[in-house]
Amino acid sequence: MNPLPLSSQLINLLAALLLLLSFAMLAQRRIALLVQLLALQGLVLFISTVVVAIRADQHHLYYSAALTLMLKVIVLPWILYRLIRRLHVQWDIETLVKIPTTMLLGLMLVVFAFGLAQPISALAVTVTRSTLGIALAVVLLAFLMMITRRKAIAQVIGFLAMENGLFFAATSATYGMPMVVELGVALDVLVGVLVLGIFLFHIREQFDSLDLQHLESLKER
Amino acid sequence: MNAIDVLTQVVEVLIAIAVAPLYLGWVNQCRAWLQNRNAPPLLQTYRLIRKLLHKDAVLATHASPIFRGVPYVLFGTMVLVAAIIPTISVDLPFGRVADAIALVGLFATARVAIALAAMDIGTAFGSLGARREMLIGFLAEPALLMVFFTTSLLVGSTALPATVAALVQHELAIYPSLAFAAVAFLMVLLAENARIPIDNPATHLELTMIHEAMVLEYSARHLALIEWASALKLFNYACIGFALFVPWGIAGGDAPVTALLPATVLLAAKLLVAGSGLALIETVSAKLRIFRAPEFLATAFLLAVLGMLIRLLLGS
Repeated sequence: MNPLPLSSQLINLLAALLLLLSFAMLAQRRIALLVQLLALQGLVLFISTVVVAIRADQHHLYYSAALTLMLKVIVLPWILYRLIRRLHVQWDIETLVKIPTTMLLGLMLVVFAFGLAQPISALAVTVTRSTLGIALAVVLLAFLMMITRRKAIAQVIGFLAMENGLFFAATSATYGMPMVVELGVALDVLVGVLVLGIFLFHIREQFDSLDLQHLESLKER
Repeated sequence: MNAIDVLTQVVEVLIAIAVAPLYLGWVNQCRAWLQNRNAPPLLQTYRLIRKLLHKDAVLATHASPIFRGVPYVLFGTMVLVAAIIPTISVDLPFGRVADAIALVGLFATARVAIALAAMDIGTAFGSLGARREMLIGFLAEPALLMVFFTTSLLVGSTALPATVAALVQHELAIYPSLAFAAVAFLMVLLAENARIPIDNPATHLELTMIHEAMVLEYSARHLALIEWASALKLFNYACIGFALFVPWGIAGGDAPVTALLPATVLLAAKLLVAGSGLALIETVSAKLRIFRAPEFLATAFLLAVLGMLIRLLLGS
């Protein structure tokens, strides 16, 4: 056993935490706690980006870390929290699949993602290459969450978690995207959440519920 | 294997047998304090065992030899488990014979024995308890095995003394996989020892009881042995946890005999802290419905497997 340098250990720990938080989100029944978990995931992402920036001496990563902190830890959770307060949906989540089954499915996804990432990370040269599998797993778990949840707001949260995973993949594979791309994505996500919030209000107005099953009965007249 | 190793082995088993009821008493005392109740005396478990040993055993008419033999099997298995786990030294003749997988097998033997005894009399409660115990057991066992596999991947051996020796020697490092395994192990410990999120041995409510339903028909010396064995089981689980996750202080392979004394003191300190921590967990958590138990244990299994995957992928 040869111990890794401290920064690599820290990045590995944070990656593991990220994966754990993804599973916690998958298992969570209450929407209010789901938002808190999302904020926590953002915080872990922020710390890991800072650690990577220090380790790799990449200055543009500091900006994206600051962006992460502002957007994903403070602004987006705040918007979501306001949204669920206004819509009165703090508590209920209807899952299509039972939660233990979801967790086992998630486990299979993680195995799949790790297998998929192994040859890619063997080619990468960055210090954080081994965490690519975890980033991929986070993305896939967010997908799973979007699929298995019935309420629209949980799907929005799943979408944001997926973005977190993509961001982590970008930092771990290539030390982050170019600044222009990153700014664009951040703005996109912000606007996306705002638009989705308006959508949610409209869905509720139309059907008196946020259950997306009602959307299936829509017909062209 | 020399005389000192054998002596260490004997001392360790004796410590386990003698201290286990005290440890249970300490956990109960902490729990009572945290719940603002008057705490029972620290030696309450010993008093209970002494009282039970003085009584005459009553057996059901239809009791078969299985029913009479099981308390001894249970106690014997737990003593054997205590002999395998390195609590104060890794130089154990028994530890070399059986590894972690055999350990899980021994726990399974005890579980099967008590379930058989519970069904032997033919009362409704007995079979109910046995069924529930088997449900919990079959879910907890893979999680426990996965925890052992995670730690053995780190070291390259499933023998507990080898694991401890390797973990003690190398320098302090952050191991996410070990953290995952530790949480999973804690959940398995709670489920297997009939602690609160899964079972509450202090109640006699038929809707909730698991362990208690199985031993309702026992009395006197049989019950005393069963109580002692369950105290030993809790002690054993705590010691497995120490060996895998906080192994510092356990005397290493070629340590002198004098290293045993600080190891024992450190073990006592760890037991004190772990006991109060356990009481805290039991106080802050509510008992789950029995049908939520699979979810709880599925989470434990998931964490253990994640630990192993992270170990394989990140190598940490």
